[in-house]
Amino acid sequence: MESMQSSRRIMTGNEAVATGVKLSNVKVIAAYPITPQTTIVEKLAEMVANGELNSKFIEVESEHSAMSAVTASEMTGVRSFTASSSHGLLYMHEALHWAAGMRVPLVMTVVNRAIGPPWSIWGEHTDSFNQKDTGWLQMYCETNQEAMDSILLGYKIAENNKVLLPVMNMLDAFTLSHTSEPVEVRSHSTAADYLGELELESKMDFNNPAGYGSIVPPDGPFMEMKKDMRDSMYNATNAIKKEITTFNDLFNAELPGLTENFMMEDADYALITLGAISSTAKYTIRKLRERGQKVGLIRLYFYRPFPGEEIVKAVKGLKGLGVVERNLSFGQRGPTFEDVATALYGRVDVPMRNYVVGLGGRDVRVKDYELMFENLVEGNNEIEWVNVGAR
Amino acid sequence: MYEIRFHGRGGQGAVTASKILATAAFLESKWVTSFPFFGTERRGAPVTAFTRVDDQRIELRSQIYEPDAVIILDKSLMNGVNVTEGLKNDGVIVVNGKGGNLKEAGKYRVASVDATSIALRNGLGDPSHPIVNTAILGAFAKISNLVSLQSIKNATSDTVPSRKKENVNAIQEAFEETELN
Repeated sequence: MESMQSSRRIMTGNEAVATGVKLSNVKVIAAYPITPQTTIVEKLAEMVANGELNSKFIEVESEHSAMSAVTASEMTGVRSFTASSSHGLLYMHEALHWAAGMRVPLVMTVVNRAIGPPWSIWGEHTDSFNQKDTGWLQMYCETNQEAMDSILLGYKIAENNKVLLPVMNMLDAFTLSHTSEPVEVRSHSTAADYLGELELESKMDFNNPAGYGSIVPPDGPFMEMKKDMRDSMYNATNAIKKEITTFNDLFNAELPGLTENFMMEDADYALITLGAISSTAKYTIRKLRERGQKVGLIRLYFYRPFPGEEIVKAVKGLKGLGVVERNLSFGQRGPTFEDVATALYGRVDVPMRNYVVGLGGRDVRVKDYELMFENLVEGNNEIEWVNVGAR
Repeated sequence: MYEIRFHGRGGQGAVTASKILATAAFLESKWVTSFPFFGTERRGAPVTAFTRVDDQRIELRSQIYEPDAVIILDKSLMNGVNVTEGLKNDGVIVVNGKGGNLKEAGKYRVASVDATSIALRNGLGDPSHPIVNTAILGAFAKISNLVSLQSIKNATSDTVPSRKKENVNAIQEAFEETELN
């Protein structure tokens, strides 16, 4: 037992992210602090200051500058990192499109926090859902182990020549970011072998100056470049599957695929979730299974590229599917519901419900999941927002 | 699964205490999680922190509503916060201060210790801001056999950034001075 614990450490999700950045031999970090992301940046600054991490740490005056700085450093062929949350991420929005359009293989961690007003420092996914159309790959972590592993995996996928798109890696505020739990710290030498040095085919070269991001006329390569991004995002699906298999073999890790199917084999009813709130859903499903209910869960580890094929396979034969959102869109059902419905359209006919939970950090509890399953089975469609009252 | 809820005020170290206790159980090869609930992040405001300990990987991530134990770092919180809310029958209360006059004493198992005096005589904090988080864990070790006293000391040495010896002394003294009723 001693030896099993020897490479495990108790750490928060944010410490796991910082450790993942260190294991990835990141050379440039530029970030602006915002709760609940702050402790990632603090830890990285400490690592740079004490010589544990040989990186350039650029202090910037805003998130817009942070994203611009790491986009530029990455364009010179140097592995770079940043992190943000909530309003900081929204302030980056313009620069996110630039990073993806410039095809830089960045990795950024987003600690998901609600958008004001009213002011809130607590968790929900709306901040990163607002960025799902920027051309970044998006992954939602369930555990601190995934928070560390997803940094390494993220660089591996982003730097794949068939992908060359940045990766956004999400952690639920406090539920992961400030929660301490055991994490297997990956070997530094294995990580170095796994990632290798960043070698971009095309990069800024000070000896051969060139312009980037210039204007192109309507008949120029604008649509062609956007189509190439779209193709690369779809190509990423195969790269992700392959790289996860390699990662799990190499590190003896347990990353799921693009999605994780939990107790789905004989399920009649299932929920779809993202992120750390999936754990409590699994806990609830085990309890319901003990009572003889055939229920299961599909967790979306990746949200972009959207794992439509995986969902189509998993939901066949279900009597009911509930799509759980920790985010919202006004004037339409939730974005996850829309994306799942699009994936299933004309292929699988499953009754679907949409549930909105946990906005502004409201705790997502076992009784909430019990209520959702009860609602799925009993068939009345009056509940859409769970654990919400008139205030 | 064993669930512990900490009640303290910002600056007393409730969050660190929850992490030390988790680390102690981890050192005994248990699966653990610990996490805070931050309200307004400022000194003196009520803070809640949570620790879960189990023999298997812990999936439940909601806050703790039916704890096996509550650990109260500041007795004055009991005037405004229902610290025993949801506490299981035969649950454990660990309180900084005299516990004999607690109305809960008959219903629950209570451990009380003057953690403030112990912290101060070990140089942990100052009279207006005593850091009582390690001393109170000595009292928890006395009333509960969840983790050993030695594991709590080891976890403390691993976790606190400074004054390791003083913190370990405070735990030992609290263990010796804790009253059970």
